[in-house]
Amino acid sequence: MHRRDFLKLAALSGSVLLPLGGNAWGATTAPGSPAGKRLVVIMLRGAVDGLNVVTPWGDPGYYAARSSIALGKPGTDNGVLDLDGYFGLHPALAPLLPLWQGGQLGFVQASGSPDSTRSHFDAQDYMESGTPGRKATQDGWMNRLLGQLPPAAQSGGMRAVSVGPVLPRIYAGTNPVANMPAGAAATKPTLLDKPAVGDAFSRLYASDDKLGSTWQEGRQAHEQMMNSMAAGSADLEKEMQAANNGAPLPDGFPNDAARLATLLRHDDRIQLAFMALGGWDTHANQGNATGQLANRLRPLGQGLAAFTRQMGPAMNDTVVVVMSEFGRTVRQNGNGGTDHGHGNVMWVLGGDVAGGKVHGQWPGLSDGNLHDGRDLAITTDFRSVLAQVAERHLLLPDQRLALLFPEFASHNISAPRLIRA
Amino acid sequence: MTRRQAALHAVLPAWLAVSCLWGLPGVSQAAPATEAQALYVLNRVAYGPAPGDVARVMASGVDRYIDDQLHPERTPLPAALQQQLAGLQTTRLSQDALIRQFRQAAQAAKKDPDTGKQDRQDLYRQITEEAGQARLLQAVNSPNQLQEALVEFWFNHFNVFQGKGLDRALMASYEREAIRPFVLGRFRDLLGATAHHPAMLFYLDNWLSVAPGYQPPRRGAGAGQQAKASGLNENYARELMELHTLGVDGGYTQTDVTELARMLTGWTINPRQGSDDSAFYFDLRRHDTGTKQWLGHAVSNQGQREGEMALDELARAPATAHHISAQLAQYFVADNPPPALVERMAQTFTRTDGDLREVMRTLLTSPEFLSGSNAGTRFKTPYRYVISSLRASAVPLTNPRPVLRTLAQMGMPLYGWQTPDGYKVTDAAWLNQDALAKRATFATALASGKLPLAKAPDDMDDASAVAQGRGGYAPLEADALYATLGSSISGKTRTAIAQSPARLQAALVLGSPDFMKY
Repeated sequence: MHRRDFLKLAALSGSVLLPLGGNAWGATTAPGSPAGKRLVVIMLRGAVDGLNVVTPWGDPGYYAARSSIALGKPGTDNGVLDLDGYFGLHPALAPLLPLWQGGQLGFVQASGSPDSTRSHFDAQDYMESGTPGRKATQDGWMNRLLGQLPPAAQSGGMRAVSVGPVLPRIYAGTNPVANMPAGAAATKPTLLDKPAVGDAFSRLYASDDKLGSTWQEGRQAHEQMMNSMAAGSADLEKEMQAANNGAPLPDGFPNDAARLATLLRHDDRIQLAFMALGGWDTHANQGNATGQLANRLRPLGQGLAAFTRQMGPAMNDTVVVVMSEFGRTVRQNGNGGTDHGHGNVMWVLGGDVAGGKVHGQWPGLSDGNLHDGRDLAITTDFRSVLAQVAERHLLLPDQRLALLFPEFASHNISAPRLIRA
Repeated sequence: MTRRQAALHAVLPAWLAVSCLWGLPGVSQAAPATEAQALYVLNRVAYGPAPGDVARVMASGVDRYIDDQLHPERTPLPAALQQQLAGLQTTRLSQDALIRQFRQAAQAAKKDPDTGKQDRQDLYRQITEEAGQARLLQAVNSPNQLQEALVEFWFNHFNVFQGKGLDRALMASYEREAIRPFVLGRFRDLLGATAHHPAMLFYLDNWLSVAPGYQPPRRGAGAGQQAKASGLNENYARELMELHTLGVDGGYTQTDVTELARMLTGWTINPRQGSDDSAFYFDLRRHDTGTKQWLGHAVSNQGQREGEMALDELARAPATAHHISAQLAQYFVADNPPPALVERMAQTFTRTDGDLREVMRTLLTSPEFLSGSNAGTRFKTPYRYVISSLRASAVPLTNPRPVLRTLAQMGMPLYGWQTPDGYKVTDAAWLNQDALAKRATFATALASGKLPLAKAPDDMDDASAVAQGRGGYAPLEADALYATLGSSISGKTRTAIAQSPARLQAALVLGSPDFMKY
């Protein structure tokens, strides 16, 4: 049976998709060895303006819609970095150009969620639950994915991390996920690392049903993190020195990304990671090659480049997906900004990625082609991108894939080939 | 504690004991309360008990306590708290003064990068810390605890973000003028006050939204204005309906968003020198004078009144009554509040034309709330956890910085949520491994007496104070905490704590699973 046919069947029958326990893996046919394969998801909360990330400078509709915030054509002052003669990269993302040229970085333009909401909060929710339009879904698709992945070679310990102080919706569910604090605090010992203090609290939590297991998992994860980071501290030090020609990495995302890479490289039990970056809701004063959006993109580009360097050969087994809840209006508004739109660009980075290409069908920006007369139309469902990563990179078999994105219609799987066989 | 009670604690989780001991609601109006009842209302109506609170509520009874909490005007703030608040330099400045100071500091920093930038940082820091200090002092020490919880709730509902430009200067003003006076008043007044406040006009960009074709004058209203205002900005109009009133499923379309944005053109900011008045300004030149089609009816040109009428209509809409009631019930009762309660609150909302005191009365006197059946099932938010710890500890708070830092580390910085939806209050949003570890760490530092909360703010920097062990207060004692927190700390937990080193016991009380829940 072809994948398409299977998914069609799965979508039609729905309830046939019986949930499998995490330990059911061993009973199924082993599909190659997924050990060491990793997925990192980075969510840009607030709806980044994808048209000014991977800019369709070859589409005349782009310049017609944006009198003051458009990026220049390649080779002009403040122009985009040409990608393929039609699309160009925002100049603040220059650190990523070598990855594009090396075939490790690709984009899917005009992708996104089929749900038409322009609420940030609903759109993020759908993208994290993996069930657009359905609010009742309790868990997040990355937690479901964790339940479907075979354990890494080295068993025990945490298998998924989230960088930041709260657990995101995408990880909601029954499988334990570790939080790694952002910033330098991630690698510093706390009061609880004093054995007398940590043990006293552990005794106290031992008898609490609701919080006890969370406490125990947290303590183990913290210990695992401290050990892995200690093992990688020399590398991290080197990376901080090497980045930006000896200058230290700027605070925030670049540092966190380098730290995450150190952790992943030194602990192959960790298979999934997630980070969120906010501040993309540019209703006013968005800027073009410089300004508000550029100031957000710069550390993102630096961070992804640092992550890639720090991962080294392990990047061959890693895929990073960058996504956002929806795009922004094609036309700029009256305040040098953009309002809530529809289609956007997804970024896919890693050794298995069929990079150096802007994937997806380009719907065009002429008035007649716009969604609702104002937004970039969507030609690729975000789930088909993620499903392909899960299938071809994480080697998830069909039944498990269908559990990841229930109700995902079969025709959406006809996504561009993003992952090399 | 009697032997029978002690035995009960030994075998039952504290809150299970509570629901067993709880009588039927409203059985006897003026009756004294049991300890369990007093703890329940102090944990739900207030930010947990401070020393002596349980005994006071037991004596007055639950009904009387709730009625007093619904009428904060009956209970003036203690003199010491008033004095502390009066000592803050920037929290009472007018909108005009704050905006001018902010803009002057920004200009000075541009002109003179050396001293100007430092001065600007100092000003931002003072304004930020004093706003935080005012909020924390009242949340911890005000006897009108319901009012404080509602200030938190409504600020969050009408969230603005301290990190965005001009809003750096306006948090205290926004809370004091647009939120605090209305939390037990009429919803329409609250909605209107937020709609007119420069913090909201700036945060959601409405101050820039103008009729198509409008050209700003060469000089004038827009000092410091960076974006050329030449068209519509629908940011505020959308969140006004999605978040502030109707709710995302409240039955409006993208066209309604655009049309409401047109109705609100001209609502902008214009500080007037020496004025104590609002910096709100309706600029007729910026207003879109065309006819709009909004929520099914035609709106002709009526200037500022179009926006006011929209607020009237949104405040009165049944979807709004329901949306607001569901959020309040979630905050005070349970993550998934009982639908029947929400429905009755919405009826009260509609019947009283949005009288929030009456909506809260419906909630707090409902069987669903008073039964206590959700007691001990909720995981505190970081804010609630920190405030309740400070209340239970009764540590004097002269230096807000360690608390503000702690809240930021826990993912709930005060005035620091970037997006207009505000913080979530559900378990799912906050219960995770790192949260437990951070709370236990905070509890340990607080109980040790070394957290520099009570040192004079400029005495020395916080790091040296910690290094020298000079928090400015004595280490906490477990027995004192037990006396304050009563049976909310279960027998099982007390037994586990008794087996730990004495110097850790107070930290373990505040870091216990029992104290993380409410």
